[in-house]
Amino acid sequence: MYEGVVQDLVDELGRLPGIGPKSAQRIAFHLLAADATDVHRLAAVLAEVKEKVRFCSVCANVTEEELCRVCRDPRRDLALLCVVEEPKDVLAVERTREFRGRYHVLGGAISPIEGIGPEQLRIRELMVRLADGTVTEVIIATDPNLEGEATATYLTRLLRPMGLRVTRLASGLPVGGDLEYADEVTLGRAFEGRRSVDD
Amino acid sequence: MYVSLLELIDFRSYPHTEVPLAAGVSVFLGPNGQGKTNLVEAVDYIATQSSHRVSSDQPLVRSGADRAIVRAQVQRDDRQALIEVEINPGGSNRARLNGGQLTKAREALGILRTVLFSPDDLDLVKGDPSARRRFLDDLLVARQPRFAAVRSDYDRVLRQRNTLLKTAGRSGRSRPGDSALSTLEVWDAHLARTGAELLSARLSLTADLRPHLTKHYTEVAQTVPKPGGGNDADLSYRSSFPLPPGAVSRPELAEALLGQVAVRRDDELDRGVTLVGPHRDDVTFTLGWLPTRGYSSHGESWSFALALRLAAFSLLRSDGDDPVLILDDVFAELDDARRIRLAELVRETEQVLVTAAVPSDVPADLLEHRFDVRDAKVTGARAR
Repeated sequence: MYEGVVQDLVDELGRLPGIGPKSAQRIAFHLLAADATDVHRLAAVLAEVKEKVRFCSVCANVTEEELCRVCRDPRRDLALLCVVEEPKDVLAVERTREFRGRYHVLGGAISPIEGIGPEQLRIRELMVRLADGTVTEVIIATDPNLEGEATATYLTRLLRPMGLRVTRLASGLPVGGDLEYADEVTLGRAFEGRRSVDD
Repeated sequence: MYVSLLELIDFRSYPHTEVPLAAGVSVFLGPNGQGKTNLVEAVDYIATQSSHRVSSDQPLVRSGADRAIVRAQVQRDDRQALIEVEINPGGSNRARLNGGQLTKAREALGILRTVLFSPDDLDLVKGDPSARRRFLDDLLVARQPRFAAVRSDYDRVLRQRNTLLKTAGRSGRSRPGDSALSTLEVWDAHLARTGAELLSARLSLTADLRPHLTKHYTEVAQTVPKPGGGNDADLSYRSSFPLPPGAVSRPELAEALLGQVAVRRDDELDRGVTLVGPHRDDVTFTLGWLPTRGYSSHGESWSFALALRLAAFSLLRSDGDDPVLILDDVFAELDDARRIRLAELVRETEQVLVTAAVPSDVPADLLEHRFDVRDAKVTGARAR
């Protein structure tokens, strides 16, 4: 145990995701040794981020304004909607520059153990957005793990009867990788999702 | 295959030790509580990433240490593989293969294969169904490592679904459109899919295992076969729900499981647990026409447990390489006839690791490479 505020800092850092007690201690002592202006700048950004950043009123992506950058962009295709779990997933899909539609952030995935069911996710908001018929295709891009798959199955059952085209991102081999290094689960999935090459 | 070097860091009672091993029989001798079993447990951990003695990983880490490391140099044909598993209780384990970090620790499964005999094997015959399910699933993973993922997926679906059943049961079933019930169908589908995959694999495994079991039981118990299989050892898979007749495919099993889940819906909501699926299945062992449970003598039960492990060994051997055979304190439990049978098998196996309290427990001609284990120190006389 360190004295007073130093221990407070270590404890606070240790509560962050991916940071264990040892890393927390290292970061704390790095901050103690660092230049005061650098530390003040970090503190200012931390305060600012909580003050300024909010969630887009349409898609729940992070933004500093009422609407996020994607929802403000008039060149976006309103017929395509990509459903993701978290705002960071929006960024991941955006980096591809392939997708020209808009997003809907659910805020997580269905997981009874963590007490997350459909009403804890922004599914009601999704249904409202789809009601006017502008969107014709919904692309479900939840994580390819158990909870993400369960969420995808739930959404598919909900959306299919509405006459929408519902698609799910393919899962399989990473591009540029070696077949021999793929794990059996991924390779098995890739086999299941194989497609004909003559189209 | 065989292990040519075993290294332990903060594993059980060992702060750090290296044990060079060779093909053939290695016997670890020493009084109780000196760390003999810890050595073979470590070898088995490299192969299965679980311990035959405890269900949690915490006891595997030396008290005072944060994590344990087990390294094994494995010789397969003329190739070498260095496997390292870092045991982090509370976190996830990490594994390295030939120095390279693997994304998931379970990718290291299946490189080293072991078959471990221990006095607890009697539980296979006399104990709870969970011991028999574990026997099947461990063997499944040893044969096809991808089933480690199937098994953990199924466990996770179960946990999610059971939590949901408890909440849905509590909130009452009267309210229509209850969200807990609407998501239950999603988990039903996933339960059926992963459950059918596990079930179909277990069914084909039991079919493959049967002839080996019958053969080895006859050898171990030295029974004279009666016409019509009157005293044959056999096993049959007991599913927790009626299986469709005939050779059943995975989609058919999934459909049957899904149908059963619908039938048991009210029951499951009342009790808040999943009542059908591979996690409630069992295996019935029979001798002649009688089930071993309740009918077999102590000696017959021992022969049966031994025959099961031998069958697992033969099955793995028939897939290719010899697995490493581990005999943890078993010779002391066996009578002379069974000792001789086991010693015969041991002699033709590529590598055998034996633990015993005193040399007289081990058939004399097996004391090939002898190690003395005292107070977590291993001293080895490599020659006879």
